[in-house]
Amino acid sequence: MNMALNSLGRNVPLELPGVGSFAPYKSPFAMLGQPGAFAGTQMQLRRPAPARSKVVENIEKAVELSGLKDGMTISFHHHLRNGDAVIPMVLDILRKMGFKSLTLAPSSIPDAHDCIADYIRSGLINRLYTSGVRGELGKLLSGGELEIPVVIRSHGGRARAIEEGSISIDVAFLAAPACDPLGNITGSTGPSACGSLGYAITDARYARHVVAITDNLVEYPLNPRISIPQYLVDSIVCVDSLGDPKKIATGAARITRNPVDLKIAKDSFRLMKASRILEPGFSFQMGVGGASLAVAKYLGEYMKEKGLCGSFGLGGVGGYMAGMLEEGLFDAVFDVQSFDSAVTNSMQKNPKHIEIDASWYASPFNAGCIVNNLDCVILAALEVDTDFNVNVLTGHDGVLRGASGGHQDTAAGAKLSIVVAPSFRGGVPSIKDKVTTVTTPGETVDAIVTERGICINPRREDLLGSALKSGLPVVDITALKKEVEKLTGVPRPAEFDHDKIAAVVEYRDGTLIDTVYCRK
Amino acid sequence: MKPCRSMLYIPGDSPGMIQHTPIFGADSILLDLEDAVALTEKDAARKMVACYLQDYDFKDLIVTVRVNGADTEFFDDDLKEIIPCSPAAIRIPKCNGPADVLAADKKIEEIEKANSIPVGKVRIHAMIETAVGVENAFFIASACPRVQALTLGGQDLTADMGVQKTKEGWELFYARSRVVVAARAAGVDVYDTVWADITDKEGLLKECRSIVGLGFTGKAAIHPDQIETIHQAFMPNEKEFRKALRVTEAAENAKKEGKGVISVDGKMVDAPVVARARHLLELADLYGFERSGS
Amino acid sequence: MGRLILLKTASAGTLESSDCLVTVSPAEKLKLEYKGPNSEVFAERTMALVENVSKRYSLSGAEISIQDQGALEITIKARLETALMRAVKGVAKE
Repeated sequence: MNMALNSLGRNVPLELPGVGSFAPYKSPFAMLGQPGAFAGTQMQLRRPAPARSKVVENIEKAVELSGLKDGMTISFHHHLRNGDAVIPMVLDILRKMGFKSLTLAPSSIPDAHDCIADYIRSGLINRLYTSGVRGELGKLLSGGELEIPVVIRSHGGRARAIEEGSISIDVAFLAAPACDPLGNITGSTGPSACGSLGYAITDARYARHVVAITDNLVEYPLNPRISIPQYLVDSIVCVDSLGDPKKIATGAARITRNPVDLKIAKDSFRLMKASRILEPGFSFQMGVGGASLAVAKYLGEYMKEKGLCGSFGLGGVGGYMAGMLEEGLFDAVFDVQSFDSAVTNSMQKNPKHIEIDASWYASPFNAGCIVNNLDCVILAALEVDTDFNVNVLTGHDGVLRGASGGHQDTAAGAKLSIVVAPSFRGGVPSIKDKVTTVTTPGETVDAIVTERGICINPRREDLLGSALKSGLPVVDITALKKEVEKLTGVPRPAEFDHDKIAAVVEYRDGTLIDTVYCRK
Repeated sequence: MKPCRSMLYIPGDSPGMIQHTPIFGADSILLDLEDAVALTEKDAARKMVACYLQDYDFKDLIVTVRVNGADTEFFDDDLKEIIPCSPAAIRIPKCNGPADVLAADKKIEEIEKANSIPVGKVRIHAMIETAVGVENAFFIASACPRVQALTLGGQDLTADMGVQKTKEGWELFYARSRVVVAARAAGVDVYDTVWADITDKEGLLKECRSIVGLGFTGKAAIHPDQIETIHQAFMPNEKEFRKALRVTEAAENAKKEGKGVISVDGKMVDAPVVARARHLLELADLYGFERSGS
Repeated sequence: MGRLILLKTASAGTLESSDCLVTVSPAEKLKLEYKGPNSEVFAERTMALVENVSKRYSLSGAEISIQDQGALEITIKARLETALMRAVKGVAKE
């Protein structure tokens, strides 16, 4: 295989048989202003006869109408999260219909869908593009059961790949919580409401054929909110249920009570204060749980105390952020994915809760995505290294068990990117000499906050100065690594079979930032 | 020794908690071998605490260990295994009179000698948990130089008194006052009992303010969340801080000039006031009070 | 400290997070079974730890099983020593 070392010293393939060719990663903004870096694609024209309803009797019929053939690319969105029943339903039907060697290109794969492993084994799927892989599927891929390596992309990277044609979706199967007979769709209402349909909007725009699957067909016209307009939708199938509402729109994640996570969150907030980004009109994205969510508690208290109002919140939006919007702490919230019922509610009722699509959120080569305007983002990590690189994809054993998500995008765009992690987790150090897999490059990470101290990237002398002046517990990352190893011992690095690639990790600009080999 | 405003209680048999103790900002911790540990696990807890004392870097934390009572089968083994590890102090439950302290003092001295530890290095914190203990508080506190502090065990004391322990705390008012006076008279520190309701931070602050007012030098914490509130209550205000600065400055000047009398703001000031001012400045350092300017 | 001879099987520790469950039994030679999420990542570290403890106690042999739920080295050492102490207690003491 033709491999090359990228700028982080990682060996990556220049050519992936069954996928295409790649350039090695250079730097976060190396591809800016390069001609041809963003090709753009044209929307395919259909020529249907005028109709009053696009509803067909079942999924099989919709598949026939779509012209799907072996070897084509299908996509789904993952907005129904662990309550989704649509992906297994459609894949099962496709298998029964005898399809083979399809490329599966969902926006990501919910944890619950270990079944995809079976569809790979059965030959229905032979190529996978996704943001995340966990559970049984992760083990299967790390074990080398998929011939063609998986391409892992961030949310912004996937949008870019679809826009430039690297991902060419033939048929998009889109779960539609509310849909009218001509295909106007929204996610904010219905028994299976999921809030924002941000990732689905991108698929709807660029797929050759779009099938909407709904359990809530409403009278024409769907109103007042339409996330995906009718002119992008080819057919509609009505099913009994899109999934389990309790797992789609869960209760809001509560702020953790774990004292270690709270310490990390508190020190992260203190760093935000010291960096002086907490001025009127600042913008912020928080994490989904643990310490990365708990930062919002300290931030919210401070904002209320000082009467400070931010311009916008961004995410991956959970109930806590929705609450902050309601309290007037932010002028608006931009939502590419909603995590719980409080958010769905907020989106329904509050016009300042704005739905955005994946390209708007994070695509690096359009006329300006929102992550570029973020003042601060708080991100989690499985592992970090002394160069401030972050791994959110593989565990200490090298098995795939995470998702790229918006990590690369927000870290690159935000003025202050803070990664939070306990200094050791499950008895294993979080700080390594080299992370097992690079997801987000250290050049875009400003600080790593642990419960045993704050590590500031040496590239940010100004931030270091501010932190020291504020009396924050700044520690050298290499010294912290040694301190933790004294407690845990030195872990053995994961062992890989360097002849077999399980996955490649794309940076948001399309270059390859790392390779995930199969486990020995 | 640095002021000890907070003391975080940690069960000796819980490695998951012990391993995180240096990060919570407490001034000191109590590793408990007594009430927090089941009877069948006394040996395990003892070994866990000994191993951590020997090998773990507790950073600036002052580490104390509560051993089992002298009336139990575990007391001797606790001392034998823990004293050689040189904790800052061991806490002796249910001290009823000076004899309890002296008996422990003798045993500890033997073990210190056998392990080449300077005699008297490991201090004693004596727990007052019974009515008799309250009555004998001063004699317990002054029993021997090894005693560094008295600590109040509110739960057991109210049980011994046959009364209900309440948030208002009137039932403990006399005991608290008596124990504080005894400790001050003997020149030792004094710690107040735990506030059990972790969710009630306002109640904790109120109780802390009142016990600080009585003269307690520190308070027990049963959850890291409580530490910030406790420290808040111990914080000197700007006015007393400025006054303490003037007092210590005046004392230094008087010493330099060879004068026997110290005068501050036109009033005479004697040794105990100077000592208290110095202690307050030490405390103020913990909060980052700036000494420059006036 | 004299030579340690195990009289029976004994355990110490728990399966709580950050703890480990150690079981020791009398045996001719030293044998370690190390289980749990860290069994690969810390195989060498744990073997070295066990050998260290057994050398210090002049342990002739033992069958040692450790189920590790993410314990630090100090914790594993403490649990191992406790299990060994329990395994040498005379039957009469029960």
